[in-house]
Amino acid sequence: MTTRDLSVQIGPLTLKNPVVAASGCFGYGVEYAHVVDLSLLGGVAVKGLFLAPREGHPPERIVETPAGMLNAIGLQGIGVDRFIREKLPELRDRRATVIVNICGSTLDEYVELARILSDADGVAALELNISCPNIKEGGITFGCSLTGTYDVVSAVKKVTPLPVIPKLTPNVTDVASFARASEDAGADAVSLVNTFLAMAIDVETRRPKLSNIVGGLSGPAIRPIAVRMVYECRRTVKIPVIGMGGIASATDALEFMIAGASAVQVGTANFVDPFIWSKLLDGIRDYMQRHDIARVADLTGTIDTTAREKEWISS
Amino acid sequence: MPVDVEARVIRNTRLSSDYNVIALAAPDIAAATAPGQFVMVKLGRGSTPLLRRPFSVFEVLRTNGHIEGLTLLSKRVGVTTQMLFDAVEGDVVSCLGPLGKPYTPVDPPTEAWMVAGGVGLAPFATLTEVLRAGGTSVTLFYGARTDRDLFYLDWFRDRGVRLVLATEDGSLGDHGRITKPLERELHKGAGGLQPSGAAAGDVMIYACGPEPMLEAVAHVAARYERPCEVSVERVMGCGLGGCYSCVIPVRDGPMGHHYVRSCLGGPVFAADQIAWEAH
Repeated sequence: MTTRDLSVQIGPLTLKNPVVAASGCFGYGVEYAHVVDLSLLGGVAVKGLFLAPREGHPPERIVETPAGMLNAIGLQGIGVDRFIREKLPELRDRRATVIVNICGSTLDEYVELARILSDADGVAALELNISCPNIKEGGITFGCSLTGTYDVVSAVKKVTPLPVIPKLTPNVTDVASFARASEDAGADAVSLVNTFLAMAIDVETRRPKLSNIVGGLSGPAIRPIAVRMVYECRRTVKIPVIGMGGIASATDALEFMIAGASAVQVGTANFVDPFIWSKLLDGIRDYMQRHDIARVADLTGTIDTTAREKEWISS
Repeated sequence: MPVDVEARVIRNTRLSSDYNVIALAAPDIAAATAPGQFVMVKLGRGSTPLLRRPFSVFEVLRTNGHIEGLTLLSKRVGVTTQMLFDAVEGDVVSCLGPLGKPYTPVDPPTEAWMVAGGVGLAPFATLTEVLRAGGTSVTLFYGARTDRDLFYLDWFRDRGVRLVLATEDGSLGDHGRITKPLERELHKGAGGLQPSGAAAGDVMIYACGPEPMLEAVAHVAARYERPCEVSVERVMGCGLGGCYSCVIPVRDGPMGHHYVRSCLGGPVFAADQIAWEAH
């Protein structure tokens, strides 16, 4: 069997394969070290970090919906100092490619987080969370304004040598314009989509099913919309696009790559199957074998939109 | 380390119109399970339901000393429990486990008092076996809506467990909540005990059931200064610490509390660790 090259390039960062654990769905990575070899993943995007620890919202924090789930965790987290002290050394020992997802209430907080993490040993890239739908201040207010997106990306770029990847929200009219604003500000890549703002109500009690009333929808239910958004961004910007939204199989991952993603992130599916990672990688390798693709990176954006030829269908 | 098993249904026993006990061929999980640990279960293919659901391991099945699998005690309330209720022999259930922190079994002369509400009976079969193997005297305080919802009484009696029952409709045992006989027995100092600390022998209380019951048991245990462990049930997304859904407020100094993931920090907690007032 020919060796297949699974490595992909995200700006200056080389990932050993295109499959990355999505932020908010994989804890700080160390929680999963006993079920998956973290060094086999393309990357681990850790849970969104603020400067300070945060409690998050009271339960109920998740609810299942058709082919998906809503969450309103509210970015519970240990803060950047404890992360560097308690989690990063183990991630480093386990040779994980660590993408730190950062979130601030103000532009200065993003800058401060970027500064602190640039000095830490073992951080491969920064993902800017400007898209969490579940917190009142900061975050998504940057991600829903083109100037806000531009400002936060360029401010962070000024203080860090690390690759900077803003994570975009789908809760805007034209997500591609946000990818463009990110590119203009110097982003090394963009990742999308974060969750779709949504809600669910218990009709018997007339109460919202989440304590936060609204939350973010993820899972297979959002996949076709996410694929379309990745496709639009790929056509608009030259920087790499990291695609996500309901990926639950190698076929789903390949669909995102063909639509234009250079790498993919997997979130909700990890809740269902924590052993999914080797299945995804095996499935991608199998596809490359069947289609005689030497480098998985060559698959990115290869969607064929030419007119279909008529085919004989023999039965 | 937890494993994910495509477990065949060995048999499915309906206990009533809502409760069933499903036996799964998951010997590796069964062999590694400590009392109070749980499995994450998924039935069917595809996205309905999407997420796994948590279940305490009910029994470890042994045939001639050989571990055959495990059972789950289920009450039909949602999509997954309906599928568990309807499952037939030969069906396949995805079973991930064992997960979570187990109960801490006590040794004699300390007595074990288990307090179960409804489907909260689930962790007490395996706990009974461990306790009885160590020669610990075991009492089961078991409450339900009605006598038709009290199961496995002979199973526990056969293992030398003293039963104290309560039903909300008064059809069997005490009329009312199970905390009523629990408090009465603590008060009268059963087993040679005196109320409030002056113990001739010690009692460890283990509870599992609806959260208001757990809170009530925790308060009673605190009043009589008995150690108590509770197994909480929260909406759980993954069972491995990834989703931060199943949090419970845990005490943090005299005033404060912080949220702890019950899949990792629990589901069994010392009752005095939980900030009940923060619920």
